[in-house]
Order: sequence, then structure tokens, then C-alpha cells
Amino acid sequence: MTRPEIEVRGLHKSFGDNEVLRGIDLEIGRGEVVCVIGPSGSGKSTLLRCVNLLEEPTKGQVFVGGAELTDPDVDIDAVRRRIGMVFQQFNLFPHLTVVENLTLPQRRVLRRDKATAAKVAAENLERVGLAEKASAYPASLSGGQQQRVAIARALAMGPAVMLFDEPTSALDPELVGDVLAVMRMLADEGMTMMVVTHEMTFAREVADRVVFMDGGVVVEDGRPEDVIGNPRNERTRHFLSRLLDPAMAEVEEENPARRGEGE
Amino acid sequence: MSDATGNGTGLAPRRKGLTRRQKRSLSRGIQYVVFVAAVIAFAVAADWGRLKNQFAQGPIAREMFPDVITLALKNTVLYTVSGFAVGLVLGMVVALMRLSSVGPYRWLAGVYIEIFRGLPALLIFIFIGVAVPLAFPGTEIIGGTYGKVALALGLVAAAYMAETIRAGIQAVPKGQMEAARSLGFSPARAMVSIIIPQAFRIILPPLTNELVLLFKDSSLVLFLGVTLQERELSKFGRDLASQTANSTPILVAGLCYLLITIPLGFVVRRMEAKAQEAVK
Repeated sequence: MTRPEIEVRGLHKSFGDNEVLRGIDLEIGRGEVVCVIGPSGSGKSTLLRCVNLLEEPTKGQVFVGGAELTDPDVDIDAVRRRIGMVFQQFNLFPHLTVVENLTLPQRRVLRRDKATAAKVAAENLERVGLAEKASAYPASLSGGQQQRVAIARALAMGPAVMLFDEPTSALDPELVGDVLAVMRMLADEGMTMMVVTHEMTFAREVADRVVFMDGGVVVEDGRPEDVIGNPRNERTRHFLSRLLDPAMAEVEEENPARRGEGE
Repeated sequence: MSDATGNGTGLAPRRKGLTRRQKRSLSRGIQYVVFVAAVIAFAVAADWGRLKNQFAQGPIAREMFPDVITLALKNTVLYTVSGFAVGLVLGMVVALMRLSSVGPYRWLAGVYIEIFRGLPALLIFIFIGVAVPLAFPGTEIIGGTYGKVALALGLVAAAYMAETIRAGIQAVPKGQMEAARSLGFSPARAMVSIIIPQAFRIILPPLTNELVLLFKDSSLVLFLGVTLQERELSKFGRDLASQTANSTPILVAGLCYLLITIPLGFVVRRMEAKAQEAVK
């Protein structure tokens, strides 16, 4: 059996007194698409950010492609080159044009020459359908276009793994589809993907596995038709019912057992 | 419940006295009148004939050219630009030290800023002119007077610029550093390629302010003792004023400063507008 592409073992993360992750174990195999869902404050974004060490875990181990990121002597910049990251707020570089956003990291980090970087940039802009926006500045693009550029920028570095942190949460509803289409294309091409999302349709149709988190632990982990279609855990059922039909939710009493969990 | 006869508890316009809008325009009108009256009073009271005699003698002003431009203004610009360059490089180093995760660096930068921001520039000039030759006898600062001015102005400017640059770096959103690090940039490379270019757009106006301040501080060069060829605008103007026993050279020198600083303001507003267009 080959090693999983992403491996998380006994992961804990605290911000001061606030314990956000309370022992996470997770494996994601090569080419697998895993969607992480859960209520806000459940720790799902923190988990994702621990996978490329944007957050330093308090305890536990993280491996990506066999390299241990939590080893204090690891060359973190080298490991991160294999991991593409897409943020909720896009985080494009506003002082650079779209194509420069793609070429500058290739040239500075991968030391590619000008021609190669330009060629790779053009290919990846083509993949996300934004070749004609190459010389525009990010601020002149819609949110959906900016997010697709951000995906292209990550892809231009040739990552083996892609992490998505709520990639559609900051978008107007009518722009979500274009971004999800690009992500679906990546999934079909066999990219290993870990996606924190609220898009249940995407999770159901594209993901190989769905992980439901609540209160800093993994509550349920399985095939989408099981976790979303037929959840076994009461907390999963509760979350999904509120998410799928928000208009039907009732005003809740603050549940004392869950108070103080997450943020 | 209607309040038609009430005296101001309702939202209907008040019947008695001035409305708020009327009061505002009345007070504005009074301000204009006072201002215009003050200007006229000064203009009438001043003895224009004597002023013109002392400050605006055509022949004396004409005699100053072309030296006031080719020598004095040139030296002022040279002193200022070299001081600004030294200050920018040193200020950048101090700012990065101030943001460093290494404790002693932060501490050292803090001490530097407090000292050079707290001392008058005049004392720094005297220190460079007197203390440095005493401490290191026989050594000459590269560039003679020009080098000394660049160093003295640079030391002062760096303290102010370091704080400005630090604020600019901290004003760049955190996500920019995170995005750069996720792409595999090392912290230093991310700083140079991604963060600092954005920070400079933010701090362009305060940096220009610093440049204008340096223009004026460059007059302190006279405390270093300069040769005739090294005089800048203020010294040049004062020398001529004492030679001719007339203040016209001072006025001309003053206008020469404005010749640089006013266009500088225009250029920066243009640059700001352009940067805004790209980032917004």
C-alpha cells in the first residue's frame, strides 16, 4: 500500500486557552477529493491551515507527500511548493497584473526562466478560462474571476496537492458556479484535493469522501452519500438540516454542552 | 396624536428663530467677512514701499542669476537627494529590524529611532562635523562635504522613515504574506517581492513629506563649514544679503525652494492617483 498524500496524526491546536482542534486523525490518498464540512468555529479552516503549516500545530504530526511538516528541521518552503492553497479572500497580489501574479512566484520561487514562466502562466489561465484577462489588474475582475486566477496561480507552481479554504464563501451566488466548475475539472484530472466548503451539492457530486467536523473533532467520515445522504450522528443530521433548509430552522436555546467549543 | 400646536417636540420645522441650516450659513458668512477684513487691514497697514525696497530690488535679483540656479539650487538638490537616499536605505534596514522576530534587533532599532528622532538635526550636523573627525583622526568621510551632508541628513531621515516604512509594511493585509508563503516564498523573499512594493504605494505621501522636510534641513549644511562652491540656497542667499545689505536674495532663495517643492507635490498626487487606480 502506498502512503497517503496527506496524513494528519493526533493533531491539536489551541489559540491561548481556546482549544480549536482536539485530536484529529485524517488520511487523504493520492487523487482523492475530500470535502470538510461543519458549523462555523468547528475548526475545519484551522485544520486546513495546519496542513500547510500556516498555523503551527500545538501537538501532533502532519505529513504531506511523505515529508513531515511538523519536523522542526523541515524545509517548509520546499514542502509548500508541492501544496497549492486557495483562500476565501483570493489574496491575489493587487500590485501585479493577472499574468504577473502567475509568473512572479514561478520565477522567484522555482527559478523558471521568463519564457517558461510565461508559457506555464498562459496554459493555466487558459485552463480556468481567463486567458483574455492576462494583462488586467485583479481589482478590475469579479470575485469569481479573481478566485479562478488564484487557482491558476497555485496550479502554475505544479502542486501535487490542492487545499481550498471556503473558496466560494466570499462570492456572489451567481459567481459560485464558475469556480466550482474549475474545481470539478481539477478533481476529474485526478488532483488530490482537500476542500473546506459549505457547497453541499459540490461535496455530494465531486467528493470521494466527506468529513464532518464539530467542536474540534472529526464526527463523521465517509462516502458523501452516507455522510450527507444518510448521516448516522445526531450532530451531523442537525447541521445538515439547518444548512439544507435554513428557512425551516427554529430559534435555538443555547446548548450548554456545546458552549465554549470552537470560536 | 397630533402635535400641530406644540412648540418643537415634533419633527415639523420650528416656527420661531433660525433653523439649523440658516444658522450655519449665517456663521459661514460671518467667517468670510472677518477673513476678508483681516486681509484688507494687513494690506493697507503694511508699508509696501519699504518692503519692496528691502525685498524686491530688481537689479540685485538679476545679479544672482545664473549662480543661484547652477550653484545654489543644484547643491540644495544634491544634498537633499543624497540624504534621502541614505535615509531610505538605512530607514528600510531599521524598519525591518523593528519588525524582526529577534529581540535585540527590535531593541536596537527602537533605541536608534528614539535618539535620532529626538535630537534636533542641527546637533547631528555639528556632531558629524566635529565629533567624527575627533574620534577617528585622519579619516575622511567619503565625498567630503557632500558625504557628510548625506550622512547627517540620512541619519535623521532614517529615524522618521523607519517608522513610516514599518507602518506601511504593517498596513499590507496579512493574507498577502500568507499567500506568498503558501506559494513557497521564503519570509525574506516574500517581503522583498510582495510586501514592500505594496507598502511603498501606501507610504508614498508621507515619504514625500520627508523629502520636503529634508529640502529645508539641507540648509543646516552651513554648520559644517562650506566652501564657496559648496553653498546651497539658504547660505547663498544670506551671503549675498549681507554683501548687498538688502534682503532681496533671501526672497529669491525662498522662491527657489518653492520651485522644487510645489512641482514635487503635483508629481506625487499624480503617482498616488495612478497607484490608486491599480490597487482599488
